[in-house]
This record gives sequence, C-alpha cells and structure tokens, in this order.
Amino acid sequence: MTQPQIEIQLIAMVVAIACAIPGVFLVLRKMALISDAISHSILPGIVIGFFITQDLNSPLLIALAAVTGVITVVLVEWIQKTGLVKEDTAIGLVFPALFSIGVILIAKNANDVHLDVDAVLLGELAFAPFDRLLMSGMDMGPKSLWIMGVILLVSLLLLLLFYKELKVSTFDVGLSAAMGISPMVMHYGLMSVSSVTVVGAFDAVGAILVVALMITPAATAYLLTSNLKKMLLISVGIGIFSAIGGYWLAHLLDASISGSMTTVLAVVFLMVYLFAPGKGLIAVLYRQRQQRTEVSLITFLLHLNNHSEENERHINHLQEHINWQKVRSKTVLNLAERNNMITIDNDVVSLTKKGKDFTDLALEYIITNKDEKIEHMKEDFFLFRG
Amino acid sequence: MSITDYFEQLFSDYTLRTITLGTAVLGAICGMLGSFAVLRKQSLLGDAISHAALPGIAIAFLITGAKDSNVLLLGALVSGLIGTFWIRGIITKTHLKTDTALGLILSLFFGFGMLLLTFIQKQPNANQAGLDKYLFGQAATLVVSDVIVMVIVTGVSLFTLLLFWKEFKILLFDADYTKTLGFNTRIIDILITFFIVLAIVIGLQTVGVVLMSAMLLAPAAAARQWTNSLSVMIGLAAIFGAFSGVFGTAISASQDNLSTGPVIVLVAAVFVLVSFIFSPGRGLLFREIRFRQNRRDLKLKKTLQLMYRIASTHENISHPHSIKILNDFQGFTRGTLKTMEEREWIEIEQKSWMLTSKGYREASNLFSKSTTDDTATD
Repeated sequence: MTQPQIEIQLIAMVVAIACAIPGVFLVLRKMALISDAISHSILPGIVIGFFITQDLNSPLLIALAAVTGVITVVLVEWIQKTGLVKEDTAIGLVFPALFSIGVILIAKNANDVHLDVDAVLLGELAFAPFDRLLMSGMDMGPKSLWIMGVILLVSLLLLLLFYKELKVSTFDVGLSAAMGISPMVMHYGLMSVSSVTVVGAFDAVGAILVVALMITPAATAYLLTSNLKKMLLISVGIGIFSAIGGYWLAHLLDASISGSMTTVLAVVFLMVYLFAPGKGLIAVLYRQRQQRTEVSLITFLLHLNNHSEENERHINHLQEHINWQKVRSKTVLNLAERNNMITIDNDVVSLTKKGKDFTDLALEYIITNKDEKIEHMKEDFFLFRG
Repeated sequence: MSITDYFEQLFSDYTLRTITLGTAVLGAICGMLGSFAVLRKQSLLGDAISHAALPGIAIAFLITGAKDSNVLLLGALVSGLIGTFWIRGIITKTHLKTDTALGLILSLFFGFGMLLLTFIQKQPNANQAGLDKYLFGQAATLVVSDVIVMVIVTGVSLFTLLLFWKEFKILLFDADYTKTLGFNTRIIDILITFFIVLAIVIGLQTVGVVLMSAMLLAPAAAARQWTNSLSVMIGLAAIFGAFSGVFGTAISASQDNLSTGPVIVLVAAVFVLVSFIFSPGRGLLFREIRFRQNRRDLKLKKTLQLMYRIASTHENISHPHSIKILNDFQGFTRGTLKTMEEREWIEIEQKSWMLTSKGYREASNLFSKSTTDDTATD
C-alpha cells in the first residue's frame, strides 16, 4: 500500500465513524430523513461560504453550511407547526427549494466559482490526500483528515458527556423533560452535530452518500440488537468495514470510492435484513408461519373441547368443518399428536389430559386477555411470546 | 432573450415549443399523481424512488449499450419499482420505521448507481457521455418523441384514474372500510404506486433525480390549501404543475446559465408559499385574521359579562350606569363600547350605559349556549 492509499482509507474510516454516531440517534428518533434534507440543503450555505472564503475546507464555510442545516430543520418544523401539510411533505418541500437555490447560485457564478454540483453531491475521496495541511511549512497530512478527525473527536466527546441525556430524550421525551433535561436542547444539539458532520463529510463522500453512511450502519445495527451501546458499537464497526471494503472494491473496479462504500453497505444491510436472528426477514416469516400454525392448533383444540360427539371429532370431518386445506390440517394434527395433546383412536380424535389443560389455559387467555394472567403461559406458548 | 421574447418565440421556435410542452405535461402529470402521494403521506416516497431509479438507468445502459431514453427509462422503472417494494418489505417485515426504510433505499440504490456510472465512465466506449443528465436533468435534451411518451403516460394514467376513481378515492381516505367492502386493496394500492413511480421516472430526464420529489409534492401541497375536494385538488395540482413547468422554462430560457430543473422547482415553491399564506380557508394570513377577530370578540363578551353582572343586581335591567364604574375593568375602550352599541347590546346616553334586552339575553346565554350563537362560527 502506498501512502495515499493508507490515507484514503483512514479518511474513509474517520468519515464513516463520524457519520455512524449521530446516525444511530437519528434512526432511533425516526428522523432519518432529516439527514437527507440537511445534506441537500447545505448546498446554498456551502456556495455562499465559498464566495466569502474561497476555500472549500475553511472552518467558516463549515460553520455557515452547518447553520444552513439547522435552518432547514427549523423551517421544516415551522411548516409542520402550521399544520398546513403533513410532516413528511414539509421535509420534501424545504430541501429541494434550498438545493435549487444552491444549484442556481453555482450556475450563475460558474466563471468565478471553482465548485461543481457533481462534486458537492458525489464527492471524490481519491483526491482528498492531495489537499495537504501545511503548518509553518511542515506537512501535517491531508486537510480533510484533520477536519473530520476534529469533528469525530468533538462528537465522541459530546456523546460521552451527554450519553445519559441523549438516551433518555431519545426513548422517552416526557421523562426527560420531567428530569429537567430539555428535549429541545438535545434535539437541536443533535441537529447541529449532524449538520456539522454532513458538511464535513460532503466533500469526501458527497451529499447523498453521507445519508447512506449515517442511516445504513445504524439501521443494520438496529436489526441486530436493541441495546443502545451495542448498537453504537456495531454501527461503528459496520462503518469501518464499509470504508475499507469499499476502498478495495473501488480499487478493483476502478470506480468511485464513495459509490463502492455504499454498495458494500448495501450488501451488508441486505445480508442482515435477510438473515438477522429474530428481526431479519427469514426469522420474521418463520415466526409468522409458526404463529399461524399455533393459532390453528388452538382453534383445533377448542373445537375438540366443544364437541363430545364422535362424528364431530372424526378425522375426515375436521377438514370440512374447520375449513382448512389438507396440508394445513395434517400439519396441525401431527403437531398436536407429537405434543401428546390428542390421541387418535379409530380415526376419532380426542383430547388428552395435557391437551385439555392447555385448551383451558388458552380459553382463559382468550376470555381474560390480560397480560398478567398469561405471563406464566408465555413459557410454553410460542404464540404469546410476542 | 427576455421573457417577452420567449413567449413571442414560443410558437415559432421548434425546440422551445417542445421543451415547454414537455415541462408543462410533466408538471401536470406530477401534480395529478403527486396529490395521491401527498394525501397518502407518501411524500418522500418520490424522493426515494427517483434516487432508486439511478442503478436501473446504468444497468439498462450496460446491457443494451444504447442511449435510447425509452430503454433507459424502462430500466429506471424496474429499479424504481424494486426500490418501492423493498421499502414496503422493510416497513412491514421489520421494526425499522418508514423514514429509515426510505433513507436506506434512497442512499443505497443511489450509491450503487454511482458505482455503476463511474464504472461505465471508465469503459472504453465513447457512447456513455450524457448519462449524468439524469442526475440533474436537462430539459434542453427533450425531443418530440419524449414529449409523446409523456403525453401517452399522462393519458393512460388519467384514463386509469377516471376508471378507478371511486376505488382510489375510498382507499385514500379509509383503507379499512375499503377492505370490508370487499375491494382488493392490495391491487388498488399497487396500481396507484405504479403510476406514481411511472410519473417520477418520466420526469427524471427533465428535472433530474434530486429535484424530482419537489415536482411531485409542491403542486399538490399548494393545491391542497385551496380545496377540500379530491377532484378539485387534483385538477388544481395539475394546473399548478403545468404552470410551474411553463414559467420555469420561460425564466431559465430567458437567462444564461440557468438550468431548467431548479427554476421549475423554485417556481413551484413560490406557488406553495403563496398558497400557504393567501389561501382563504387554511392560509396563514386569513387564519391570523380570524384569530384576531375571535380574540376581539372574546374581549367584547368579557365586557358584556361584567355589565350583565352589574345590571342583574338591579330590578330594571336597562337601569343606566355610568361608564366610570367599568373603569377598574381593563377590557373596554371607546371602540368596544361603540361596537357593542352597534350590536344593540347596550345603549349609550352621554356618560352612562344601559343594557338592552338583547344584550341581556346574549350575556345570560354566554355560558349556557342554549340559543344558537351566530358570531361564534369557529
């Protein structure tokens, strides 16, 4: 590996980690699309900042653009508060308008501005190592590494300092207000950190891929755990993996690094979406199937419980009476027999002692339908496990 | 070229006419179908789908190697539909919320599309230039065949809309009721979503991936402010959309260096802003006016209540009292007394007032509301 290669991977990693941290909270607060809105609407802020500073990496420009990000949030909330349109429409109205202003500003000043909409939207990580930070003639490494490093450090510091407050205000706004932690301060604090991160990251990975780096690691981690600390750690891990994996994929295909990073993220998400234990697609479909079978089982047992006459309990009769398809009734019958809940005698089905007890419990559940009554049943009952 | 020049040349200049017609038709269909997106709370679906269409365009190019915009749009349609159904799968099958699902599909598909586009650009094939017009859109590249496609799509969706009007409308406002009536909600739902995706895809070439969502939303959000009727809203949205298209094209054609897409979006945003402020029913301006009127009315009634309490201590309710005894109460001015006199609640003689029988009735009914009160309409 050459030095620029190492530096590119280092920048990609720092960007990924810096994005993953606020991303977790955005996903948990159901504000994932705010990151999309911010990443587009900072464009006019960047352009105006660039007019003033003539330097894409100047701290003033980052501050100006971050202010535009916060203004976006305020505007969206203001429109929501008027109640004229739904919440999501407010987001969808604000950011394209601001983005259009940015595009027009660039187009009108195309001759004086060394700034390209493509570059803002898509970014180019490969050029990042060539913009070096020089301090009294000494080469201190790539500029964007320093900028993102500082942003990452600050957001890590804020996370450690306000972890408890963030946690409470994310999961229970009412409680946090009662405890004297202002949800407003937390909200705008998070919005400011997100804006700064988006601005800092945009010129490395581009405005749209910032969204991917923010949301995807967090959403993937959310499918794997419901513990906030683990979620933060997993999403940071996924971010790092996508940074390094993405770099080498881009190297292989000779394509854009940020696009490759997103593609790696997409593959990781797809895998987790399909195979995550408990919350993945396959697990959910399996559970839904199980639950369907168990509902059938209970229906079947209740039917047996209600009828003492033999013809109602005849094995051939069940099919037409409960109106199940053949396969289904066979599955249910087998399941019940395996669990010793029924005995089949001369093609007539009857409940065993265990089956009778189980049916009574189920009946009690259906009648009372109160959580504390069925607490002990959750152990033996797949269905009630949620 | 100034704007008046533009309108003069509109009928003679072939390119200008094509582009204007294209953006107008596009605005109309987006407004029409966008109304459904807005009312179904799927506003940001448009944003997600337009981004998700990008890999489809790239893959269609990789397979066919052609730049025929219809083939590319077919790819966009397929990939947009995959994105839509994946979003639905994420929302229904996992505990991730709508916003996360939209953000995921939007950014992941777009990123993959970018990977493919940059990959294509490195290919030794001179044909690939121009694919990135789908990023920001270039109305200038519209040709007659594109406009014909747009018109056909508009016609088909209008026809379907009229054919299934009842079903669309009922699903929009009460999905559960629709189900109990025995309609197949799934199919109606897929039909609407399909047409929304279609509208987005045909707009990509003109306004581009990033701004497409605004094309869909803005006319509908503006139209929503003026009416509570679905058919009127759809009609208005189509008109607003078409006008944004025409004005946007006019403005961008009359200046150098102005791309059409952003200007159309900004014109649509102006429509939204004007509607937000000036619509008579819901607009902010009239709402504020009503609010103030109500507040003044309330103050008036507060004064009336005080007078009522004073008057009810006397046997004759129209016994005159001096205005001075109202002094320790802050809620009256010469103006309010005059208004009360106009409403015939009181009569004023020199420096004293007396309650009329109408005013007495009004005041005694203030809390009980036993008679209908025509002043309190809100």
